[in-house]
Amino acid sequence: MDWRILKKIGKGVKQFFLFMALLLPALLIILPILLLLSGSLMDTWELGGYIGPAFADGNEFVSWKFLPDYPTFAGYGKLLFETPQFFVLFWNSMKLAVCILTGQLLVAVPAAWGFAVYQVRGSRGLLALYVALMLLPFQVTMLSSYLVLNELSLLNTHKAIILPAVFSTFPVFLSYGGFKSIPYQMLEAARVDGAGELIIFVRLGLPLGKSGLLSAMVLGFLEYWNLMEQPMAFLEDKYLWPLSLYLPEITWGQAGFAFCASIVTLIPAVFVFVIGQDYLEQGIIYSGLKE
Amino acid sequence: MRKKKRRFFILFVFPGFCGIMVFVLLPFLDVVKRSFTTAVTGEFSGGKNYEAIFQNQAFLLAVKNTVRFTLVCIPILVAMGLLTALLLSGLKKRSLLKAAYLFPLAMPTATVALVWKLAFYERGFLNLFLTRLGLMTGLWGEVHGDYLGTAAAFWVLVGSYIWKNMGYTVVLWLAGLSGISGEMLEAAKVDGAGSWQRLCKITLPNLRGSLFTIVILSFLNSFKIYREAYLTAGAYPDQSIYLLQHLFNNWFVNLELDKMAAAAVCTGGVLMIAILALQRLWEDG
Repeated sequence: MDWRILKKIGKGVKQFFLFMALLLPALLIILPILLLLSGSLMDTWELGGYIGPAFADGNEFVSWKFLPDYPTFAGYGKLLFETPQFFVLFWNSMKLAVCILTGQLLVAVPAAWGFAVYQVRGSRGLLALYVALMLLPFQVTMLSSYLVLNELSLLNTHKAIILPAVFSTFPVFLSYGGFKSIPYQMLEAARVDGAGELIIFVRLGLPLGKSGLLSAMVLGFLEYWNLMEQPMAFLEDKYLWPLSLYLPEITWGQAGFAFCASIVTLIPAVFVFVIGQDYLEQGIIYSGLKE
Repeated sequence: MRKKKRRFFILFVFPGFCGIMVFVLLPFLDVVKRSFTTAVTGEFSGGKNYEAIFQNQAFLLAVKNTVRFTLVCIPILVAMGLLTALLLSGLKKRSLLKAAYLFPLAMPTATVALVWKLAFYERGFLNLFLTRLGLMTGLWGEVHGDYLGTAAAFWVLVGSYIWKNMGYTVVLWLAGLSGISGEMLEAAKVDGAGSWQRLCKITLPNLRGSLFTIVILSFLNSFKIYREAYLTAGAYPDQSIYLLQHLFNNWFVNLELDKMAAAAVCTGGVLMIAILALQRLWEDG
């Protein structure tokens, strides 16, 4: 009787230490967001007092309080009501992300279905090519993208960002993982019952394999909300820029503004992260599946 | 039936494939062609562009730095990820911690750069912390290192990369761990294998498949470190973090397209060979 309780306590203690050992790095990891959040709630004067030393001569260090002395939403007010440019850029970001993801749904998801369900001669080889393309960094394809966008006179338009991204092979690969997990017999049974191939895709494939494509959407949103290389190379006019490119342009003189803008930029990404965390994990797992 | 299969395969895959042809494959052929011609006149110049990039100090530096960055950060990330995943898998309530580890994935680089600057400036948070630690322990005095403008920038980037990708890696390792049959581990335990023995003889060998995956994906993500590098240190950063990505971007800005073409073909070629070789290994393993 007694040793059982002891064992239970022992287990509990072990769990506690394990949790603590993992908590410390986790806190360190979320420290930046806490810093941004508290900074966005400070007034200009308080924030300036803390980070000012970084730019002044002298031996003082920056300092910080995670609970501001004079919390205020004034920074947000200024950002949301007095800075119309911010909205333009916010909507640029939204437009890019939404258009890219919609395009991927229409193009990449059917392609993934094709690869998962109809294995024909050469389909494995083609899929291997897709995987290789997915792993090529932007810089390698930058010149080729530039050439084709120039040829189609799409440079300095949002289409220059959207169209190449729509044909990215990453979502094909992720959705493929989801579709591959549908038992083959199920599709056969539907065929025997006389369902057409398109019906099978829409009625069986999409609902049963949705985890793959949803995870592609979640990972995709986080990626496209954070776009930098492509707009930097292909968009000249600043009013076309996404937020991710505009934020770094804010100078330290407007640090309070920068903190608030950062938090507002974070909100959509965090929203998607929170509602999609399961799919995010699933997506990461699918991205690592053997073909 | 085979014909029908073929028809539907084409129906589903073809539209996307056309896009890839137009936006990636055909223009890349054009780049290959350009790599053998001069930028301005378009005359055939043989291997001159290739010669030029391999004599270009910036290119050699960038290749060296990129290779160094990859070789340093991937093993660290993979090992730290594995350790964290092993610890996490022993924990019952892990969803909250996992969410914390994954959170950096959701943070746009532009917002992170602001924090990094405050942390790594000469009078930033890191030096504040180190100075306080020094005073507390009495071992050293004030610390005034500059991290972004010196060779230390390399390690800031390594840290930033690990911070960002830790969650990704942990989730992949956890998936690999959950794929190992509990019965096998239980049987070993009954046969008297200690926890170290079980780890070395059963768990780790069974994670070989995951290792390949994680290395490939970590590699893919390592190129995105350019965002942090560019935002914290600009287009011409300290020598230690001048990466291939900087070079491509600067060539692009200066319209040195012939060099860019040759470098794109070289880099793309090397990567393709590496990827295909890893895919082979992966399938055998």
